[in-house]
Amino acid sequence: MYVAVKGGEKAIDNAHRLMAEERRGDPATPVLGLDQIMGQLGLAVDRVMTEGSIHDRELAALAIKQAQGDLVEAIFLLRAYRTTLPRFGCSEPLDTAAMAIRRRISSAFKDLPGGQVLGPTYDYTHRLLDFALAEGSEPDTAECADRPVEARMPRVADVLGHEGLIERNPVGDDPPGDLTRQPLGLPAGRDLRLQNLARGDEGFLLALAYSSQRGYGNTHPFAGEIRMGEVAVEFAPEELGFAIEIGEITVTECQMINQFKGSKDVPPQFTRGYGLAFGKGERKAMAMALVDRSLRAGELGEDAVAPAQDEEFVLMHSDNVEASGFVQHLKLPHYVDFQSELELIRRLRAANPDREAAE
Amino acid sequence: MNPLLKVTGLTRMYGARVGCKDVSFELWPGEVMGIVGESGSGKTTLLSCLSARLEPTSGTVAYDTREDGLTDIYAMGEPRRRMLMRTDWGIVHQNPRDGLRMGVSAGANVGERLMAVGARHYGSIRAQADEWLRKVEIDGERIDDLPLTFSGGMLQRLQIARNLVTHPRLVFMDEPTGGLDVSVQARLLDLLRRLVTDLGLAAIVVTHDLAVARLLAHRLMVMRRGEVVESGLTDQVLDDPHHPYTQLLVSSVLQP
Amino acid sequence: MTSAQGYNFAYLDEQTKRMIRRAILKAVAIPGYQVPFGSREMPLPYGWGTGGIQVTAAVIGPADTLKVIDQGADDTTNAVSIRRFFARTAGVATTERTADATVIQTRHRIPETPLAEGQILVYQVPIPEPLRWLEPRETETRKMHALADYGAMHVKLYEDIARFGRIATTYDYPVLVNGRYLMRPSPIPKFDNPKMHMNPALQLFGAGREKRIYAVPPYTDVKSLDFEDHPFEVQKWDEACAICGSTDSFLDEVVTDDKGGRMYVCSDTDHCTSRQIRREAAE
Repeated sequence: MYVAVKGGEKAIDNAHRLMAEERRGDPATPVLGLDQIMGQLGLAVDRVMTEGSIHDRELAALAIKQAQGDLVEAIFLLRAYRTTLPRFGCSEPLDTAAMAIRRRISSAFKDLPGGQVLGPTYDYTHRLLDFALAEGSEPDTAECADRPVEARMPRVADVLGHEGLIERNPVGDDPPGDLTRQPLGLPAGRDLRLQNLARGDEGFLLALAYSSQRGYGNTHPFAGEIRMGEVAVEFAPEELGFAIEIGEITVTECQMINQFKGSKDVPPQFTRGYGLAFGKGERKAMAMALVDRSLRAGELGEDAVAPAQDEEFVLMHSDNVEASGFVQHLKLPHYVDFQSELELIRRLRAANPDREAAE
Repeated sequence: MNPLLKVTGLTRMYGARVGCKDVSFELWPGEVMGIVGESGSGKTTLLSCLSARLEPTSGTVAYDTREDGLTDIYAMGEPRRRMLMRTDWGIVHQNPRDGLRMGVSAGANVGERLMAVGARHYGSIRAQADEWLRKVEIDGERIDDLPLTFSGGMLQRLQIARNLVTHPRLVFMDEPTGGLDVSVQARLLDLLRRLVTDLGLAAIVVTHDLAVARLLAHRLMVMRRGEVVESGLTDQVLDDPHHPYTQLLVSSVLQP
Repeated sequence: MTSAQGYNFAYLDEQTKRMIRRAILKAVAIPGYQVPFGSREMPLPYGWGTGGIQVTAAVIGPADTLKVIDQGADDTTNAVSIRRFFARTAGVATTERTADATVIQTRHRIPETPLAEGQILVYQVPIPEPLRWLEPRETETRKMHALADYGAMHVKLYEDIARFGRIATTYDYPVLVNGRYLMRPSPIPKFDNPKMHMNPALQLFGAGREKRIYAVPPYTDVKSLDFEDHPFEVQKWDEACAICGSTDSFLDEVVTDDKGGRMYVCSDTDHCTSRQIRREAAE
């Protein structure tokens, strides 16, 4: 006699245990330390912090360890954790002009005040697997320059701004919106768009940015400036009434210079795209800047025809936590609805027994 | 009695460029007005402003609503405007694909407006759709076919049926025969003329083709660079043009 | 009352619960209308019930008794997972008996046992927007709801009849709530639609990923869309439940061998078990 399937609880417990065992791997190998992840897989940590929307290297490292290196899963862990954190306010806007620069390049000018500072980058490496690394070689010490990098480097956007060649970002009094507190309303303001893109999946944005370069809504970009380094985070507690520095973080900022625009009132000016990521997330910052500019098509009077210019399409599908959840939810039981479909299809076929099945 | 449509000083600018400038006229029930001119003359801009799809820079467009008489269509609020566009008005696009749902059957296309205003009897909706397909000379057998399988002329006739099913009082047409070959055009024009007369429709027809204007329109407005350079009864304007531009237009029509 | 280490009762902080309750109140005030809300990331993935979980977390209290079902069963993996989540973070009593629950969170079914006043049914919703397949743009569907511009929905039903001779939607079947708003009841089979009409319980719908909450207050008119000459009808089976003999509940088809052998059992496990018990008691 058929007995209804039971044992879901036990199955889940066993699955968890099996997963924990697989995560540990061979007990003979040393346990992975969070310091190792933070120290030697820093770029993974950077991405997880950016898309997880929390700046905490140790938490990100833990998430990466818990997720066995699946970064999207790690991002999910951070986001879920973030939900529980109390919020006591917003920082002052980061002053990236005052950044302690470790890398700063511009493809718009051959040379500029402060110079082209390569910093730590894979850019000019030859992508040859380094087998010495597999053996655990220690790197040579990098040579120290005879003088430090310029303390303050003018921004390329400001250089162009002196002549009025590039659009000014409008200064607003309204506080920026917050997608973690309010649902996205369309059409979205640039503040929410940028927040959405900052949290958005790097792969998705990269593909959209790529598509814009291949003609799907070309914005004729130049990398005006990419800078990476430390910035101070300042917060003004109500009780004090003035801002204090509560720490410093590393960020990568990208300002794209794009196709110029003019109108009958305003002479032609370059337009801008902006990208920002925690740590050294340069690819992300660049992709974000390209998509930011593409999404501004409407406000700049351009025909919005390409996917990268479609605000609703981009913003509704950029979040990999949402995307992963919904795609993978297909694994959940759907047998009741499937049963309904079976009933219908059988009924329809019974109603037309003479029809041949399609070849 | 009110005019059906009363337009005053209608102007639409694109930055410094003139779309249309200072257009004024009245349209009466059952009247067909043609707007002619070459491409770039501003006729499409004008039509868009008149049909509530493009807000003018200045001027008014007032429609004689059933409840409140002459009302500025841009002052009336979107819900009312949409209702108007679904019932009292029809819009026939140059490209019929813009005015149809290509993914649903011909019958559904025609029946949609009825369903939008509350029709809930499948059989009756289908019967009305069938009737209208016949009126626009589409074989009733095609009622369940997707528009993807229709020819250009058929698509245009389907679009017309879709618009007329709620007995609108005013129909806007943008180059209704554009893109169709000559014999198909002739048949379509014939149909339009008959429908307009039989149903007492008022219409505003934008066209660059003077033959179309002559066949369909009672009155004409000739546009050049956004302004109306001449207007009057169709036959008068075409047979005895006063403005040099109209004369040029008329004389450059190829005689078969 | 215990809760997981360092977490507030039912996981969400009180501010967030208040925000969700405000959204719920708006939803109850406008039956069937989708209220946007600041959905939070939850420890379960989007698409796996985060909307339902947030609604439940906002309304549940220490004195409540919670039942969680998925496909009508208490023991399916996700129902187990969600029930455990609340046991851990809220320490509330849980039950498998519909009649004993004060809050029931469900995925894809309405319990067969009729609900009573004072009970809350929380539905997990994947796609809240009934017009989504006809019109992908949110900016457009919002207008359509505001203007009650629902002609396109009937077009779809018309097409089904033209093509198949009958309406081909078998689950997530659209309804008109309180004579005004078009609503998606979540992927419950159409078999369950009539249960929503004039139900004494409060019905709440949570879509976490899409960030919408909507509601059907007790004793509200809920009508499944149809045509006068093609009225709404529910599924029927020729078979009875192989376990309890029920002929009027939704049956799951179970494949028993690879030669096409199958049997049918109640999808609602509590309903089936209760009937079994009553039958045995009568013998």
